[in-house]
Amino acid sequence: MARKISPAKTAFWTVIGWAAGFVVFFPILWMFLTGFKTELEAYSTPPKFLFFEWTTENYQTILHQRDYLHYALNSVIIAGGSTLLALIIAVPSAWGMAFSPTRRTKDLLMWMLSTKMMPAVGVLVPMYLIFIWLHLLDTHIGIIVLLCLANLPIVIWMLFTYFKEIPKDILEAARMDGATTWKEIVFVLTPMAIPGIASTVLLNVILAWNEAFWTLNVTTIDSAPLTQFIASFSAPQGNFWAKLSAASTLAIAPIVILGWFGQKQLVRGLTFGAVK
Amino acid sequence: MATKRSQSIGRIAVAPSVVLLFVWMIVPLALTLYFSTQRYNLLYPERSGFIGFTNYTYFVTNPAFATAIVNTLVLVGSVLVITVLLGTLLALLLDQPIFGQGIVRLMVIAPFFIMPTVSALVWKNLLMNPVSGFFAWIAKSFGFAPIDWFAQAPMLSVILIVAWEWTPFATLIIFTALQSLDLEQKEAAEMDGAGAFSFFSWIVLPHLARPITVVIMIETIFLLSVFAEIRVTTDGGPGQATTNLAYLVFQQAILNSNVGAASAGGIVAVILANIVAFFLVRVVGKNLDA
Repeated sequence: MARKISPAKTAFWTVIGWAAGFVVFFPILWMFLTGFKTELEAYSTPPKFLFFEWTTENYQTILHQRDYLHYALNSVIIAGGSTLLALIIAVPSAWGMAFSPTRRTKDLLMWMLSTKMMPAVGVLVPMYLIFIWLHLLDTHIGIIVLLCLANLPIVIWMLFTYFKEIPKDILEAARMDGATTWKEIVFVLTPMAIPGIASTVLLNVILAWNEAFWTLNVTTIDSAPLTQFIASFSAPQGNFWAKLSAASTLAIAPIVILGWFGQKQLVRGLTFGAVK
Repeated sequence: MATKRSQSIGRIAVAPSVVLLFVWMIVPLALTLYFSTQRYNLLYPERSGFIGFTNYTYFVTNPAFATAIVNTLVLVGSVLVITVLLGTLLALLLDQPIFGQGIVRLMVIAPFFIMPTVSALVWKNLLMNPVSGFFAWIAKSFGFAPIDWFAQAPMLSVILIVAWEWTPFATLIIFTALQSLDLEQKEAAEMDGAGAFSFFSWIVLPHLARPITVVIMIETIFLLSVFAEIRVTTDGGPGQATTNLAYLVFQQAILNSNVGAASAGGIVAVILANIVAFFLVRVVGKNLDA
């Protein structure tokens, strides 16, 4: 039975809730608006909220002169590539642990989690040197493998928690009906596993897209993703607020939208299944 | 029941990931340990050799190191306090009857999806600039002198940016936990005449203890390596004011090419993280019925 909530109470919390939401969201809103201003108006005091001359000039400049597309393509390649690679390694692994667990499975999972606990900075030096030796600096393959390994524990964990929820009885039923192992996998298990795999992909793409330790350290131009592109605006001579805002809006839009859809899965993945 | 055959298939399926993670963890860590005992500067490759703990003594007696440790602890500690407090408040707020709750929730969690370089530069320029920034305008409208954030309070500025990025994470997780507090419990407490305060302190808070612990530990792991926000705003300065351990190692390794000293710093960071990880693995492990 739903409890009755007085309209006054709802009105009160609605005002407070929207005010708090607005404050937290304001920097993003402000960036979005600034992207449509001229550079001059971007700096104006008092600031202009909605009544300025809206222009798409910054977006045109970014798209045409600044090689934005090169960096965006790299972001897609890196986020997509590292996710795909991680899946290829993680799906069988999580599968094996969920469906034929051994006495050591739990320890194995905890050990995998512990590899994620190693701070990136602890291995920056050797990774940097290995990249120099193997000529991997500023290559796509280098950063893809690096991000794949960095996120692999989270991917395995998340897949494991999903696979574990697939009822095992269904397998026996299929076996009784004479299904072979391959038929089991293709017709019975895969359809049940797809939602979990989709959520995992979502989380990993978000993490890889926004990763800004390795991408800033081992990529420079050829394989540099959007994190590097935005960082180039930090140079004092590059202080163009309107262009920075337009570029930032473009860089975050796909991920913010993906993230909004995948909130629940995010909680599960980021807490290693400890909070659902 | 798992058969012998399915078990061996399972082992084969698990093997590649185990090998890869093992290599990924052991090889770099062993190299870091090895380099940390070597005189090794990329600029002077001919001067190399075993020097024992000299890098550690160099790194640890370097005044920059003490500053970096203090800065790291201040940054991690402050961000944790702010995000957990604000996150709990926001989660409790979202749990109230709000018209358009879904949209408010989206606005609150949005900062978490913003890439660090964007957050840092938008805050530094659009909001915190002492002349044309939004905060300066607010200060001026109330008759105060605008603060030159990155000159007067560089560490506070970095803390604010990082806290803004991580508050949504805390909110999202605590909110998820709040929602699993079932309605019947709430109703039972109301029937028993529990006031709002005692309900909160006897039922809600204990229920939140676990998610808050998880938030603290996971954030600590990530906050120990805060890098991009510092890189694009202060470059560790002014002076050493915002140099944390991660940034110091980066400076030693990539700017000074001093592999030995940077490795020693890396090992120190690993030890710090391990102390946290030790507790995290326990908390998560308790919840795992593999």
